[in-house]
Amino acid sequence: MSLDDIFKDETFFGDYTYRNSPQGIRRFPFPFPEDEYMYSVNMEPHVPGRKGSVFEFAFDVDEHYVAEMKDRARVLAQDPLRCQSLPHMTLAGWDLLELIMESLARDYPQWFTLHRDGNRWHWINRPLGIEDRFTFLDETTLPCGPMEYITRQAQGDFTLQDQRNDNLWIEAGMVTSQADWSLDFDIGMNFHEWHAPVPLAGKMGVFDRALKFLLQLQLGAPVRRFNWTMTVDPLLDTSPENYHKWGPGKTTLTRENIGRRQHLRVELQTLFRLPRSNAIAFGIRCYLISFEELVTQPKWARRLHRVLKTLPDELATYKGFIRNRPLMIEYLAQFDDGAPTSPGWWPDD
Amino acid sequence: MSVGASKIPAIVTEVVEVNSLIKRFRFVREDGGQTPGFSGGAHTVVEMDDNGTRRLNAYSLMSDPADLSGYEISVRRDEGGRGGSLYMHRAVRPGMKMLISQPVNLFGLDLRARKHLLLAGGIGITPFIAQMAQLDSLGARFELHYAARDRELGAYMTELTARHGDRVHRYYDVENQAIDLPALLRGQPLGTHLYVCGPKGMINWVLSTATDLGWPKGALHSEEFLAPPVGQPFQVELARSNMTVTVGAAQSLLEAIEAAGVEAPYLCRGGACGQCETRVLHCEGEMLHHDHWLSDEQKAACAHIMPCVSRFKGKRLVLEL
Repeated sequence: MSLDDIFKDETFFGDYTYRNSPQGIRRFPFPFPEDEYMYSVNMEPHVPGRKGSVFEFAFDVDEHYVAEMKDRARVLAQDPLRCQSLPHMTLAGWDLLELIMESLARDYPQWFTLHRDGNRWHWINRPLGIEDRFTFLDETTLPCGPMEYITRQAQGDFTLQDQRNDNLWIEAGMVTSQADWSLDFDIGMNFHEWHAPVPLAGKMGVFDRALKFLLQLQLGAPVRRFNWTMTVDPLLDTSPENYHKWGPGKTTLTRENIGRRQHLRVELQTLFRLPRSNAIAFGIRCYLISFEELVTQPKWARRLHRVLKTLPDELATYKGFIRNRPLMIEYLAQFDDGAPTSPGWWPDD
Repeated sequence: MSVGASKIPAIVTEVVEVNSLIKRFRFVREDGGQTPGFSGGAHTVVEMDDNGTRRLNAYSLMSDPADLSGYEISVRRDEGGRGGSLYMHRAVRPGMKMLISQPVNLFGLDLRARKHLLLAGGIGITPFIAQMAQLDSLGARFELHYAARDRELGAYMTELTARHGDRVHRYYDVENQAIDLPALLRGQPLGTHLYVCGPKGMINWVLSTATDLGWPKGALHSEEFLAPPVGQPFQVELARSNMTVTVGAAQSLLEAIEAAGVEAPYLCRGGACGQCETRVLHCEGEMLHHDHWLSDEQKAACAHIMPCVSRFKGKRLVLEL
């Protein structure tokens, strides 16, 4: 199979040609293990999971890889501030570059190759047609900073958190596929500051516990969790900067188009301790699935219907879909016969 | 939520007598692979099998963080200690297999600093050796002030001067040389961060002097590894495991719990990192908190204990474990 057959040519704006293949639907990381949803820290070790699943490798490369990287380049061209790194975070950027290159070359040798000869590195990325020789830890040998270089070649957003004074500080990142938050606004904030807009969870002590846990995150023992929201049309860049472009789309949802246009947006969030900088890398990988695609898995259709029905209003408001919730529930109800759902999130065979 | 980092199976390849009190050990991976990179200030926990007694001691990594071929630590022999350093000195030889932990850093550099001012006392020099190698490669500005009892015990003084030149300032107690701390601190440019590692007295002196001179708390960094103090034996009930464990005089509470076959979380084993924090369900007596982790209010509340260094005196102690 040629690379063009594996990686789809599709868009995340304008005509929105983004679709999941049938195999892509089956491996979608459906985030609800139960029929009801409530916040939890819900972190687990990020260890290799089921073959073919999004957990198989440290960084999942899927059929949307090339198209997502094109979309990132498009967003960056319009707004360079989506990628920022404070001066002291360059070392963490190199750590991230090493982590991603090593992982991709190990897990997808057919697509990525890394040769290391001391600090002289040779990197080949076949799907994107990139081949570069550079000196590790020498910024002048790359076309841009190390974090920008590698995250232009890796799906999902990334932020880098410095650790000091018993807190984490978001001080670098590549953020072009975000669920309505802004790196430019958050950069320099500490853990509690950047989570301040999240309702309920602070009072529940979720952030105190999560921070304590993350400060002790160990090298070689990454963790992961899910987050989710709803997005109208398969738009990766739902940024506050561009809200005027995508926000009004929420008012145009109808009974007729909801199946095609409403998407469940799932983030697979991963956290890695970085070796040389002692910083923490936070990967936020976005997966989109239309309701139409989702209901092809009867278990997911039943469960999403029940989750949305029981979700507290505060959460639906914070996640930005309170307006369309009745329409979503009405659409999904036709696929929920009341039958019990099996435990866990995997689709039924 | 358990933080399950894998241990590194390692082989001791070098044991070097640095002076009459200090030996240096080099570890490489048993499988021949590269050791993980680390940040200056990080430590590793070395696991020892001392005639059936499991000892776990944390030691600062002192090798160059850019050197992925192995790790080096220095161990000061402590005759009055509980036995870990004596075991390292007497029993560990080249060729021995040992388990070491992934590096953990509780004494990291603040890379925003305009200048790094490093103050070392005695064996407290070790984390700075790695930090200076890293700062040097980053082109950062730093200065070391290193005090030791005498020339014989001033480990690595000559090597460090050779490597870093006049950025290294040496002081010997027996020659009546002492750091003129107030003058040193007053002369630093804005944006300097201060790091101190050494005996407790030195750390307190440096931190209080800096605080009195108006240094911001966020610019002051210290590391003191506590060896678990010895004390009177006591008993502890473990509620979840449904057993009673006796803690020996020279044993830590954490070691006694582990020896009983109960798994308890830990990282630094020196009262600093917070990983072993354990809920106290019942306390009739006096808790002897020795850690740097719990706040004074938490210590007074007697609802939590750090089993790696803290002890108990009294009638009955019940832990959640």
